[in-house]
Amino acid sequence: MNESSRLLRILVPIAVGIAFLLIWEGSVRYFGIREFLLPAPSRITESLVDNFGSLMGSLWITLRITIAAFFLACVGGVGLAVLFSQSRAIEMALFPYAVILQVTPVIAIAPLILIWVGFDHTQLALLILAWIVAFFPILSNTTLGLLSADHNLRDLFRLYGATRWQILTELQLPSATPYMLAGMKISGGLALIGTVVAEFAAGSGTSTGLAWRIVEAGNRLDIPKMFAALLLLSLLGITIFFGLAWVEHTLLKRWHESAIKRER
Amino acid sequence: MSAAPLIELSGVAKTYGSGTLALTGVDARIERGSFLSLVGPSGCGKSTLLRMIAGLIEPSSGSISWPATGNERPKDIGFVFQDATLMPWARVIDNVYLPLKLKGITRKDAEPRLRDALARVGLSDFAQSFPRELSGGMKMRVSIARALVTEPPVLLMDEPFAALDEFTREKLDDDLLDLWASQKWTVIFVTHSVYESVYLSERVLVMGARPGRILQDIAIEGPFPRHHDFRESADFIGQCAKVSAALREGANP
Repeated sequence: MNESSRLLRILVPIAVGIAFLLIWEGSVRYFGIREFLLPAPSRITESLVDNFGSLMGSLWITLRITIAAFFLACVGGVGLAVLFSQSRAIEMALFPYAVILQVTPVIAIAPLILIWVGFDHTQLALLILAWIVAFFPILSNTTLGLLSADHNLRDLFRLYGATRWQILTELQLPSATPYMLAGMKISGGLALIGTVVAEFAAGSGTSTGLAWRIVEAGNRLDIPKMFAALLLLSLLGITIFFGLAWVEHTLLKRWHESAIKRER
Repeated sequence: MSAAPLIELSGVAKTYGSGTLALTGVDARIERGSFLSLVGPSGCGKSTLLRMIAGLIEPSSGSISWPATGNERPKDIGFVFQDATLMPWARVIDNVYLPLKLKGITRKDAEPRLRDALARVGLSDFAQSFPRELSGGMKMRVSIARALVTEPPVLLMDEPFAALDEFTREKLDDDLLDLWASQKWTVIFVTHSVYESVYLSERVLVMGARPGRILQDIAIEGPFPRHHDFRESADFIGQCAKVSAALREGANP
């Protein structure tokens, strides 16, 4: 890819975005659309500035839970996958339950978890719920990655008398890295979704993350603030995605096909 | 031949779980320091036999013994696969380091041996490259360097150059013979190329398929070290014809 086409890849979406915002602003003013139906971008920016303090506080709460849930999902997902790869029996015994956790909608488990953990520990409940949503892609991708190490290489390790630990650390984990990172990219987004859904379910102002700001603003028909909170949520999601994509690219660029640019 | 053979196969057979008879009644004595080729069509069990010698597969019946080494399979067997089988995430030198690393030898202690192994396959300048940056022939050389870094008494090669172009293959054949001449290895070389087997070996075991078995044990006459002229000599062509005839005989019983 040459310089000019790379520039275009950045400039074109930005131009589309600006055009969209201008049409939005213009239509709202021209047709006199009322603020509680669709606020103009200028009005949303205004609200963002006015409520900057409380929104940033909420952003921090949501971000903290998302990051903690993502981190624990990585530890739990990779840890379980390693355990599964070492013992077929453990995998057979536990995998169905991992699937059950994954397929049950988190919104349906949320009330239970909230009751069990107690409404005075809402943050912990949010963390658990976000973790449940986020850990599965890492688990299943890492499991697949650990099992797909090259068979001949595995034979070679056996030939040289490698221990299970050596096979795991020198062969299986490096082979699984691309799979693991793909799982993490999905999980990063899911951790945010899990946190937001859990915040909605918790409601009642015990947790004051961005999702709660949206509920609150909705109840007060403060739609510009609702959009401002939504904007911050999107920015957070985009940052997480590109952050993880960057990590993936950095780790894989020297050797993995997915990260290698080909000359054409 | 008074000395005990390095490897003795007697009545070796392999039946896979599905009931497929991969190999039946293989008897052979392999002398220490010899260069032996197994040649045969696909499905004749030559790779299976090689893997059994390496200890990666157990024979269903019969035995593989190592009379010359007190009946114990040597710890350092070099194995070269059909594709280079390198770790894509590791640099060339770290790929070569693998066998020594698994034995617990520190990188610092291994360094001279790694340099030496790379020099012997002519890849000294590529120590820091990643496998994907190399050509197919160069990857194969890395694979050979990795196999010889442990100074193995036996080198097992499973169609190592089959995927390479002819020019590269002939070059690697010659390099392999040079390495063999400078070491005291025993080489067992699996190939489906009659020409390659005759050019490289002192002895060719011709194998047949369904069920896999040894059809003929042919001693190859010819001067070592080999010269490129040998490939064009009447002697060479005559022996290739002999091996081909043995293969054909196996195909039409």
